[in-house]
Amino acid sequence: MATGSPGTLVRDLQGALGAAHVLHLPEDLIVYEYDATIERALPDVVVFPATTAEVAACVRIALDHDVPVVPRGSGTGLSGGAVPVRGGVLVVLTRMNRILEVDATDRVAVVQPGVINLALQEAAAPLGLTYAPDPSSQRVCTIGGNIANNSGGPHTLAHGSTVNHVLALEVVLPDARVVRLGSRVPDAPGVDLRGLLVGSEGTLGIVTEATLRLVRQQPAVRTLLAIFESVEDASNAVSETIRRGVIPVAMEMLDQEIIRIVEPRIRAGYPMDAGAALLIEVEGVAEGVALDAAVVEAACHAAGAREVRSAEEASERERLWEGRKAAIGAIGAAAPAFYLLDGVVPRTKLPEVMAQVMELSRAAGFRCANVFHAGDGNLHPNIMFDPAEPRATERVLELGEAIMRVCVDAGGAITGEHGVGLEKRSYMEWVFTPADLAAQHAVRDAFGSTDRFNPCKVLPGGHGCASGHMKEISPHLVEGAYV
Amino acid sequence: MTLQFVGPDIPSAEDLANCIHCGFCLPSCPTYVATGQELESPRGRLHLISGIREGRIAATPRALEHLDLCLQCRACETACPSAVPYGRIMEDARASIMANPAAAQPRGWSLRAFALRHVLAHPARLRLALAAGRLYSRSGAQSLVRGHLGRLLPARLRRLESATPALTDAPFRSTGVLASPAQRRERVGMLLGCIHGELYPRMHEATVTALAHVDAEVVAPPEQVCCGALHTHAGDAETARALARRNIAAFEAAEVDAVIVNAAGCGAAMKEYGRLLRHDPNWRGRAERFASKVRDALEYVAGQDFGHDLGAVDRTVTLQDACHLAHAQRIREAPRAILGAIPGVAFTEMRHPDRCCGSAGIYSVVQAEMSAQVLETKMDAIAATGAGTVCTANPGCTLQIESGARRHEVAADVRHVIEVLAESIAAGRAPVGD
Repeated sequence: MATGSPGTLVRDLQGALGAAHVLHLPEDLIVYEYDATIERALPDVVVFPATTAEVAACVRIALDHDVPVVPRGSGTGLSGGAVPVRGGVLVVLTRMNRILEVDATDRVAVVQPGVINLALQEAAAPLGLTYAPDPSSQRVCTIGGNIANNSGGPHTLAHGSTVNHVLALEVVLPDARVVRLGSRVPDAPGVDLRGLLVGSEGTLGIVTEATLRLVRQQPAVRTLLAIFESVEDASNAVSETIRRGVIPVAMEMLDQEIIRIVEPRIRAGYPMDAGAALLIEVEGVAEGVALDAAVVEAACHAAGAREVRSAEEASERERLWEGRKAAIGAIGAAAPAFYLLDGVVPRTKLPEVMAQVMELSRAAGFRCANVFHAGDGNLHPNIMFDPAEPRATERVLELGEAIMRVCVDAGGAITGEHGVGLEKRSYMEWVFTPADLAAQHAVRDAFGSTDRFNPCKVLPGGHGCASGHMKEISPHLVEGAYV
Repeated sequence: MTLQFVGPDIPSAEDLANCIHCGFCLPSCPTYVATGQELESPRGRLHLISGIREGRIAATPRALEHLDLCLQCRACETACPSAVPYGRIMEDARASIMANPAAAQPRGWSLRAFALRHVLAHPARLRLALAAGRLYSRSGAQSLVRGHLGRLLPARLRRLESATPALTDAPFRSTGVLASPAQRRERVGMLLGCIHGELYPRMHEATVTALAHVDAEVVAPPEQVCCGALHTHAGDAETARALARRNIAAFEAAEVDAVIVNAAGCGAAMKEYGRLLRHDPNWRGRAERFASKVRDALEYVAGQDFGHDLGAVDRTVTLQDACHLAHAQRIREAPRAILGAIPGVAFTEMRHPDRCCGSAGIYSVVQAEMSAQVLETKMDAIAATGAGTVCTANPGCTLQIESGARRHEVAADVRHVIEVLAESIAAGRAPVGD
């Protein structure tokens, strides 16, 4: 393996892509040191390939120079997955943003990894189709990032997360070979490597093309807002609805704290005095939707709902969703900093887990706002704090860890949809045995990516990586950074 | 000599800390959409500003280029769930670069500030320049150049020439009382602007008509000057402050209930006079009182009883939201409400009506390439509506879209919303024949 100086690395990459598509000056690199988390690390060089062959060339050059490779889309990840902690070549895929095909007969779309999630939905809509996974950041996040993180969204409840919608992938492997995994038709023979790639967070390869499943846009949709006195009542309504045999396409929880933050800014139509609200959506043919909506309403009332509203107009429905999708961002205006957590528990455990989350936050002296995919039992506590206060960041990280522990103890897991990334590597040991983790390491070794393809992500340990424990990261946070 | 942020306007840490790096602003930013690069995005620029502020990176010409490529359209503020005051952070950053000694300032920036300071702020000089333009238009030289002769010009000059308006109408320079309706309800002062009445006298005439229609007495204080918006955007905060003080004094003396502005960029800047003069204890209070009286002409008219006695106007219309109306002043309904009330107007929304047209003050001149790229997208959206009239609420947008229509051969008449309203008022007054 030849190791060259950074200068020759840059020159080689410029030779492959053209100078205009390679960034290497300090004032350029600085804007590629972040994603949507607190993590910060500078790449040595940033490249913007336009084709699969160019991605492969970049990977080959990085291999020759023995430097890490980290893929990046729009940089909206919530686990530090696109932060190049050991430097190296950051491969930004935003130029590969073409929708190559939308086929209504086969119900598939073929896209490049830099396509924005919403752009795909917009392209499929005129054909009466849609791409189901809809992360709250769908206006900006890329399909490549969705695949890397196996992203979910409000509609995951009915349609499943990204892995259920990926049919085939073209991937540049860590040794720069280009392979195709899966197939356009279902049930490809052989080992399901497609499934392995989805959710691997850029540690096994770089997706350069994806064949995705499209689903039918339902002819009728009904959006309901159920108002409760408490999160506990709202949580019970979720279980009650599903127990009565209806699985809505989305069941989103907003607690009192988040309603009071979002409503004044977004004017979504959430009552300011609500203890909690559930944003519920049912889809189908008109008659079925009416029946399902009636079941949802009855279940909510049985669980103690004060009121169940139905959005009559499309604009009203959009406002209700706008509030939900902008909720996390709105916390940024309400507090100097906040720490967004992502955990998952069996939904029947929601009432007790939420009670513990609130109790732990109170005891630690922090405000905590909750907005999450209640139907999936996927929690998103947001702990608000002022980093200027003594030991605040450290205490918040301790609290986050305690909350993750509650999720695991309740039979849940440490991430529902944001990925493990850098942030949660150390928690992997809570949910997996050493043998489980060894099996995952073995896969990574088999792909030849150990320590070089998105190093220090997902799995604990690794050459030259810190333990990944948040307490280790905290001293490196820049002043004023939010968590 | 290394540049850093200096002076009274250094971007505040609190403003910057509001950004949580979520990236929701990215797809709303015309320069990010055009380049796909974080460096040309609001989030990236905020990070660059933080980096310069904290001394992590130097304010190299290359870093400043990214700040300079910002249109200051503030669409990112509308998209931002965290309420980051991007516009003022960018204005502060530019002012804090321009507060460096003249020799250290980036050449392009100081040249631009020099031109703005010595032309826009001085009506006599501006008029001299425009007189030459008027001669060019009226003599027939302009139509020659736009005909066969134009092919002899290099592309860059031809593009610049196509951006100049046809100056054939007599400029609007009237001051004093411009309208005194019989049923005087309020007395309002009207901003004439530095260049607006010279380029588009018809917009001022229409504004006076519309204000009189809602029973407002209209005065134009003769001592008023340029609003200073372009100076603020270019980082020349000192000139902007001097102009603001003169305007405040002029409108105070005129004793008006409201200050009416028919240019969205000017109105947005004047609503922020309080902040502009926040460091000046003698003027801060006066500036805040003044700012609270500023109304965009459409905002003002839409808030009054304007729907009476309107005649039919036969136009198919689409609307380009002026960025500094929609994003900076958060006014979107007023122009639509007015157009919707005019009999005969058939209204169609274009795709992304609130995305910048690339005019952005003097941006179309100093960043001609990016401006042209942004304009092209806009002209496609306009052409797709099939509308014969493009309505705007700002002279800069009008100029830019007129130039785009010429360049891209889109047959569209570009009008301020208030002009279409004035036409309707005139049609309502005309005796109805049988």
